[in-house]
Amino acid sequence: MTIEPAQEGSGRVEDRADGDGAAMNRFKDAEHLFRVALVFAAGALAFVVVRAILVPKSFGEYGHYRGTAIAEIAAQPVVFAGHESCETCHPEVPAVKNKGKHAKVNCEACHGALAKHAEDPGTVEPAKLETAVLCVKCHSKNGAKPEGFPQVDAKEHSAGLACDTCHKPHSPVIGAGGKP
Amino acid sequence: MPVQGYMYPNEVELAWSILIVLYPFLTGLVAGAFILASLERVFRVEAVKPTYRLALLTALAFLLVAPLPLQLHLGHPERSFEMYLTPHRSSAMAMFGFVYLWYLMAVLVLEIWLDYRRDIVRLSQSAKGIPRLIYRALTLGSTNISENALRIDERASYIITVIGIPSAFLLHGYVGFIFGSVKANPWWSSPTMPVVFLFSAMVSGIAAVLLLYMFTSRVRGQAVDMNCVDTIARYLFYAFLIDFGLEMLDLVHRIYEADESFRSLDFMVHTRLYLSQVVIQIYIGTLVPIGLLALTQLLRLAEKVRKRIYAVAGALTLVGIFAMRWNVVIGGQLFSKSFLGYTTYKVGFITREGLLTASVLTLLPFPILWALVKLLPPWAEHEFMPEAGAAPAQGGD
Ligand code: HEC
Ligand code: HEC
Ligand code: HEC
Ligand code: HEC
Repeated sequence: MTIEPAQEGSGRVEDRADGDGAAMNRFKDAEHLFRVALVFAAGALAFVVVRAILVPKSFGEYGHYRGTAIAEIAAQPVVFAGHESCETCHPEVPAVKNKGKHAKVNCEACHGALAKHAEDPGTVEPAKLETAVLCVKCHSKNGAKPEGFPQVDAKEHSAGLACDTCHKPHSPVIGAGGKP
Repeated sequence: MPVQGYMYPNEVELAWSILIVLYPFLTGLVAGAFILASLERVFRVEAVKPTYRLALLTALAFLLVAPLPLQLHLGHPERSFEMYLTPHRSSAMAMFGFVYLWYLMAVLVLEIWLDYRRDIVRLSQSAKGIPRLIYRALTLGSTNISENALRIDERASYIITVIGIPSAFLLHGYVGFIFGSVKANPWWSSPTMPVVFLFSAMVSGIAAVLLLYMFTSRVRGQAVDMNCVDTIARYLFYAFLIDFGLEMLDLVHRIYEADESFRSLDFMVHTRLYLSQVVIQIYIGTLVPIGLLALTQLLRLAEKVRKRIYAVAGALTLVGIFAMRWNVVIGGQLFSKSFLGYTTYKVGFITREGLLTASVLTLLPFPILWALVKLLPPWAEHEFMPEAGAAPAQGGD
């Protein structure tokens, strides 16, 4: 290749005459851009690889979540026994409760999850309930609750007394009778 | 009076705290600074050249901090990364992750790299110790800074800026979209939200760069280029007028439309938001700076006076835009969807989303900017004075 003195205005002719060299030079001058492109490509590749490793295999099997999560959750031990189970051993409670206003409130809504107790009542004893805390969870006054739902402002209504000093938890209307 | 009137139980506590106020504020500074920088490159506004590099570095420093308030707001920040791995296409926030990444890597970092390449190559030969290694790494192994190579860089960086402007619009318009698309909230839900966010972003970014430029010039004992700050102030004035015009348009529209939320929102603006919206945002943060900037446009003021006015107007502008973000984010959570009640937001101090955290996050971009400025000096002297021993770098010609 001959090296010609650069001439103003004759760039094209020169290019044609020395096409290879000019293209080579242009590549050399843009080489750093290819290097950045390489860095970006490496970044993108790393992302794809990391993604392949980190995203759980079962992701997307049923929807936008881990498919195996369903089996994992299903395998968790059941913690609620259900009121039918309670009632077989404590028949005196539903006898009263089902006539009162709490008829539709389930045992474990107040007593907490008790599957372990239902399985083995001898060793697992249910915790004693603190009515001053328990009852206001449902009955504290709040404007957002349906108007017909019985609500009290505990401070005014009972002044800190436990609710079961006056109400019977299983049949809460005063004077409705029933022992438990 | 924490709660007044009727609130639904899930409305009493605000879910989005002061950190969520910071997020659009910081992102706005980024988009604004970048748009100012692109004036020089794309629209050839030579007067603002002294701030070109400073604006880019400012944008980078703030962009690096912008996602942190969101991270701190999350209960499990370590899981936020999964947004990139398994993004949900229906989630506006998940898509923002990609908008953010695109803007950070494909636009800002690339543009800064191309613009500084000549300096990086020279510094990689003149610097010593650890900085030398950093510069070496930054050259990516190519020391070609021949005239042709630089011309190619110039071209490439022009293209990136041209792509960058819509990207910056996208970045901040998107932040507005995240709020504007919440159809359940009448304070947010508005198609003007992205546009208003965008223009307020420009306003805040321009003001921030103006202040930073004047401040750094003073610290370095250099004279402020008056032509430059006059031009920036003029753009600030125009951008501010458009921004204010858009906000007023939105307001007039809301007042005339007067939909079912209007009475409630109107009441809120005149009570709980009065200080932050009417006094701070509109009077102190918008009308006063616009008035001050108008003075500099109308009267022939001495240089010293103009500088003072720019400093005051710039600072008030930032206060006003921050107040605007506050009023959008916090204001949107103070009223009940029943339109019958109002709650209160109390900022904690030393809590995860408290004032201390917010202050640290607001200041954090400055040490980052300082480090960036040390690493990549944006000042004109460096650009034009080739350092001793840098000559052999002119390889390839
Ligand atoms: C297999 C029979 C059985 C089942 C099922 C059962 N329990 Fe019991 N439960 C017992 C026995 C036995 C005791 C202890 C009796 C005693 O100490 O008076 C007891 C005690 C209790 C006590 C404490 C009584 C006290 O005097 O302190 C409560 C409360 C209780 N059960 C609630 C429940 C609830 C709620 C369920 C349903 C989730 C349930 N039980 C299911 C047999 C059962
Ligand atoms: C409204 C809440 C509530 C519901 C619903 C409820 N309980 Fe109770 N129960 C209490 C409270 C309060 C006590 C008294 C404090 C304690 O013993 O822990 C109590 C006491 C008991 C006792 C101790 C013995 C007694 O009678 O004082 C048993 C047994 C019992 N409940 C079983 C049941 C069963 C079975 C059901 C479902 C059929 C049920 N409870 C539903 C609140 C409730
Ligand atoms: C899990 C929620 C729940 C808890 C806990 C609960 N209740 Fe109730 N309560 C109800 C429901 C539901 C009704 C029925 C409301 C109706 O009839 O509309 C009711 C009804 C009542 C009523 C009748 C009100 C009336 O005059 O109609 C009284 C009194 C009462 N509860 C007291 C109590 C007391 C005392 C406790 C604590 C031992 C308690 N409740 C705990 C849900 C609860
Ligand atoms: C000092 C006795 C006393 C105590 C303690 C007490 N109550 Fe009552 N409560 C009553 C009487 C009496 C009534 C019925 C009078 C009425 O209907 O106003 C009543 C009524 C209610 C009613 C029905 C209100 C309605 O609007 O129908 C609810 C619900 C209730 N109580 C919940 C509670 C709760 C929850 C506690 C515990 C925080 C509690 N009570 C403690 C005496 C008491």
